[in-house]
Amino acid sequence: MQKLLVAASFMLVVSGVFASGTPKEKKAHKPKADPVNAGLKLKPGFSAVAFAENVGRTRHIFVTPKGDVYAKLERPKDGKAIILLKDKNGDNKADETSGFANYGGTGITIKDGYLYASSNSDVYRYKLNSNYEVIDTNKGERIITGLVNGEQHNTKSIVLDNSGNIYVNIGAPANSCQEEDRATNSKGKDPCPLLETAGGIWQFKADKIDQTYSNGVHYASGIRNVVGLDWNTEVNDLFVMQHGRDQLDMFPAHFTAHQSVELPAEIMIRVKKGGNYGWPYCYYDPFQKKTVLAPEYGGDGKTVGRCALMDQPVAAFPAHMAPNGLLFYTGNLFPEKYKNGAFIAFHGSWNRAPEKQEGYYVVFMPFKNGRPAGDWEVFADGFAGVETVNAPRQAQHRPCGLAQGPDGSLYVSDDVKGTIYKISYKK
Amino acid sequence: MKKFSAIVLFSGIFVFAIAQVKKPSQTKKPAAVKIKTSATKPATSKARGAVVYKTFCIKCHQVDGGGVQHLNPPLAEASAVVAKDKSKIIKVVLNGMTSKEEIDGEVYGNNMAPHNFLNDQQVADVLTFIRSSFGNKASAVTAAEVKKLRPAKKK
Ligand code: HEC
Repeated sequence: MQKLLVAASFMLVVSGVFASGTPKEKKAHKPKADPVNAGLKLKPGFSAVAFAENVGRTRHIFVTPKGDVYAKLERPKDGKAIILLKDKNGDNKADETSGFANYGGTGITIKDGYLYASSNSDVYRYKLNSNYEVIDTNKGERIITGLVNGEQHNTKSIVLDNSGNIYVNIGAPANSCQEEDRATNSKGKDPCPLLETAGGIWQFKADKIDQTYSNGVHYASGIRNVVGLDWNTEVNDLFVMQHGRDQLDMFPAHFTAHQSVELPAEIMIRVKKGGNYGWPYCYYDPFQKKTVLAPEYGGDGKTVGRCALMDQPVAAFPAHMAPNGLLFYTGNLFPEKYKNGAFIAFHGSWNRAPEKQEGYYVVFMPFKNGRPAGDWEVFADGFAGVETVNAPRQAQHRPCGLAQGPDGSLYVSDDVKGTIYKISYKK
Repeated sequence: MKKFSAIVLFSGIFVFAIAQVKKPSQTKKPAAVKIKTSATKPATSKARGAVVYKTFCIKCHQVDGGGVQHLNPPLAEASAVVAKDKSKIIKVVLNGMTSKEEIDGEVYGNNMAPHNFLNDQQVADVLTFIRSSFGNKASAVTAAEVKKLRPAKKK
């Protein structure tokens, strides 16, 4: 096929596979040579293995104090969407797999003797035995139900505090809140009706059956969509990563295609009760370092207007990288600088075309007392298996969920092929 | 910050086609869109369509026409895109698509807005481009075919 000049100017030649920068070496004592560090590129001292492969489209994960891994699948595999993986012989590879629950979803966590898991509209919990195994997989209690489940941003992420509350993200079923979603120059509805039931964080009791909006606390508003979230035990607060808006260049009078690629930042929010973080009226510009008015509401890239009143993020990352996992590290295995710092799994962008896509890696940002204490850096790369991702479907793996093992290792899930990576450190 | 500047440098290589939409006045939607390219106007419909694609469609449907899982359908080897009956895809571009119907066995969550600000020739060009790119090998679309399906102007 003859490539057109215009097409050729943005279609880049995709390079071959990169493993870890070093040539592949065959290990004599292993029958099947696994790629070095399971194909990941890590900092010196760190190593990775594929703890499990082909698990299914694995969203969030949780590792029990016994070292077993619970994985939540986006859609059931063989009728099961909660998978339990055990490594019985201690060789860092799962050798026993079981599963239950027929609902796909994202959220999974354990707290005070219960396993919690979400579909895209409900949250369930299951009583655990002392080995952190579900006692009766048929006896899930539905604790939350009837949450907005639109076509966009419908996954529900969950985390618990230490006071018997569970927090749920309810993503907005839209990009902004336009009269016509994603249409050129379409104005924003004011006030935005979507904010009544979505675009925020809701708080529920961890132990009450069938709660819905009327029983829940509308904990924070103006947050477009969240997938990665965690409870920071150092400062006892909820932290979430927002997926920022797309397509500012729907307003070509004020934004070029390139500005639309680099704006707005993906932000980390320390969520305060009653906080409002601005969506859809505002977005965070990482270059001006402030929250500015969105073009749907009269913004031109500079005007601040009502956004002066909005609560501010604690950290900003490049646009559209899609933070899907957040974990504050409390283990003792990794070097001291990692303690209480944030790991963020960036699923990888799609909204940067025609430029190359970004993300598809796990980053680390040091923290002290709930505040960033240094710049972020890429901690684990190479998930995509290609040097440059120009279109999302080129990525062979995309990092999604994060979990900490009892020994302090870091687990990362992939929702393309269902690999679960275990990252360790040797002093 | 290093990341950002790397991106700026990188994108500097590209020649951007910039959509110039008239300043929004009372009329919400601009009547026509001028697409400016720094090169001379490409001669063939497919070449012009590539410019339209890069300006308005690439963000969602991607450089390889592969779409985005769960969000935006692929146009590469999509049965509606290469179908003999071109009316569906002409209508999708003119009227947008939010039906969330199954497309080749998958459902896509995003909304596609109407692109009725493109003129008949621009719609024909971009559809000609997608029907003959990304491995697709289907016939061209003409401006006359688009004109027939464009809804009458509401006043
Ligand atoms: C905001 C993202 C977005 C943009 C921009 C966009 N599309 Fe789409 N497109 C979609 C989505 C999402 C669907 C499917 C909608 C649904 O299923 O309800 C779709 C559907 C289609 C279809 C039908 C596919 C099929 O197999 O039935 C065609 C053809 C198409 N788009 C072409 C285009 C062209 C040409 C452009 C540029 C002029 C464009 N799209 C711009 C998101 C987008």
